[in-house]
Amino acid sequence: MRTQEYVLNFGPQHPATHGVFQIIMTLDGETVVKAVPICGYLHRGIEKLAESRTYTQVIPYTDRMDYMAAMLMNLGYVQTVEKLMGVEVPERAEYIRIITGELNRLASHLLATGVYALDIGGLTGFVLCFRERERVMDLFEELCGSRMTFSYMRIGGVSEDFPEGWLDKLSNLMKMMPEYIEEYNGLITGNEIFQARTKFVGAVSAEEAINYSFSGPPLRATGINFDLRKQRPYGIYDRFDFEVPLGERGDSFDRFHCRFLEMAQSVKIIEQAIEQIKEIDGPIMAKVPKVIKPPKGEAYHEIESAKGILGYYVVSDGSNKPYRVHVRRPSFINLGMLDKMCPGWKIADIVAILGSFDIVLGEVDC
Amino acid sequence: MENLFVGAAEGLRNTLSGVGLTGVWNDALLMLVKLVGILVFILINALWLVYMERKVAAFMQARIGPNRVGPKGLLQTAADIGKLISKEIPIPKDADKVVFILAPCLIFIPPLMVFAVVPFGQNMVAIDMNIGLFYFFAIASLSTMMFWMSGWASNNKYSLLGSMRVVAQMVSYELPLVLSLLGVVMITGTLSLTKIIEAQAHMWFIFVQPIAFLIYFTAAVAECNRCPFDLVEGESEIICGPFTEYGGMGFAMFFLAEYANVMLISALATIVFLGGWLAPFGWTFIPSWVWFFLKMYLMIFIVMQLRWTYPRIRVDQLMGFGWKVLVPLSLANIFITGIGVYIYRALGW
Repeated sequence: MRTQEYVLNFGPQHPATHGVFQIIMTLDGETVVKAVPICGYLHRGIEKLAESRTYTQVIPYTDRMDYMAAMLMNLGYVQTVEKLMGVEVPERAEYIRIITGELNRLASHLLATGVYALDIGGLTGFVLCFRERERVMDLFEELCGSRMTFSYMRIGGVSEDFPEGWLDKLSNLMKMMPEYIEEYNGLITGNEIFQARTKFVGAVSAEEAINYSFSGPPLRATGINFDLRKQRPYGIYDRFDFEVPLGERGDSFDRFHCRFLEMAQSVKIIEQAIEQIKEIDGPIMAKVPKVIKPPKGEAYHEIESAKGILGYYVVSDGSNKPYRVHVRRPSFINLGMLDKMCPGWKIADIVAILGSFDIVLGEVDC
Repeated sequence: MENLFVGAAEGLRNTLSGVGLTGVWNDALLMLVKLVGILVFILINALWLVYMERKVAAFMQARIGPNRVGPKGLLQTAADIGKLISKEIPIPKDADKVVFILAPCLIFIPPLMVFAVVPFGQNMVAIDMNIGLFYFFAIASLSTMMFWMSGWASNNKYSLLGSMRVVAQMVSYELPLVLSLLGVVMITGTLSLTKIIEAQAHMWFIFVQPIAFLIYFTAAVAECNRCPFDLVEGESEIICGPFTEYGGMGFAMFFLAEYANVMLISALATIVFLGGWLAPFGWTFIPSWVWFFLKMYLMIFIVMQLRWTYPRIRVDQLMGFGWKVLVPLSLANIFITGIGVYIYRALGW
């Protein structure tokens, strides 16, 4: 029987590409023979724009890259500039950064879990995860006025202290989280159809993961224990006690499961930080000049963002605007292996694989 | 109350003979009234099911669902139909126009045809066919054609993928559907739906044939393209499958026909396994047709619960499940039923 291969445009407009991402697939029936991913539909020239803005004006741009975990994007940038300037951040500000950063990591992972369930077809999981995410976003709105693009961190500290009663509300939410996580476990992770769709799909070996510079959950799913918060602790992460969940096979289920288990670890860190911040009082911003002019030089700093290792490279030429800002974006680099990983799987599996990497197009395209 | 519809039909018959119309004309007119009644019932039910699905989904997802249009949102479907009627039906550039328009027109035919033989209550069946179950099998497999037509005519690779999946799925799951109901046919020795209900007077067949019930239910949900087998319209992969290019009333037809199909398989499940219009524990103070509706809606509710709980299965896993698990199980069921019937008759019970 004569069959024909055809080209399907898994186009920028598609419910499952997590944004405007295109894969031009050559299909034989339902099996992918060749896949050509094309990104760049959301390119806004952030790195170029940063060259004509002052150092503080670049902070809102960093929000818009990974808009799901904006606090962590802010954190990476301000810590790089602080490294360049040699500024020491006060104790209370460090704790506030940890709390808001981990809370944002929790929100980002909630979204990743819900949206992955949606991609596989279980719509109820999606709505339930968003129910919790709404609570987190309400807290953030109370704190800094914004639900998604916070621009909360500043070079030298944070912009606002917690309002009254905020820490108690956060504490209540953290007490309820383990119960919700159990609910998702039953509905999504434990579901047999979900496991059949994601186990052994898109498996990556540890060697391939290192060769392709994977970071974050895709790397830890292959079994490699590399979390920047433990390897090269930045800020005050060395004061907290938490585990790093690892996977075994490096398939889609493990990537998803690492993210799922990291939610519980974020809750643990936040609870410890809330306990420790009660004794600490003080300024939330270091003494930095109003016009930030770092000395001539360059600095590169990496943090563990929700999607992987986020790195900022800032070059200063002595003026109040950076000479060059480059961002090492984890979503972009994690996608490097996509065209090698796709052939051999069915269309439904491509959706599962892409969803398990948890990309945010704002970060992929910058 | 029990004889509401039977009494009304008798009254109509007497009125007609009083006017002077007798014999063939009397019967024909009465049959027309019955069929129009069934059509109206199905269509209104389909509209109601749209609302019920949205409410059930909302309550399962910690939301409220439609609550603005009309009291408690009851007129939501009317508003939706009004909106869909007023929309343009776009026809893609190189689509096969005749087939494209024909598919939504014909999609309602199979479910409506089968409802003619469904007994809604005691003595309440439009056409008491003695091969009712066989009629159901024959007509229900026609729905595959309409999905296939719409997918092919759309001139869209996503629709094509969807329609190929439909053909594979619906053809594969017909087999377990038919085989699971054969067990019941072997026990009762008849294909007539009214006699199958009468045979359950002492015990419903769900207790005699539990495995067949599960196989039937799974295969029927697959036949309706409902989650977890809704990879035909699997939104996150092939957008809407065969219905991608349809807008306005064309889409509404497919949408409503899906609910008519769900009603059909629930009605069949009620008749064959749950005792049809028979009252459990002998509670005949509730009319028989009310029992039928209650049981049918219980099955529909279970189908809806399934949809909003489970993710979607993949196409090769679907085929594997259908051919390697359901078909052997249903054959085993027939084998055991056969042995059981033989022993039953040999012992002379």
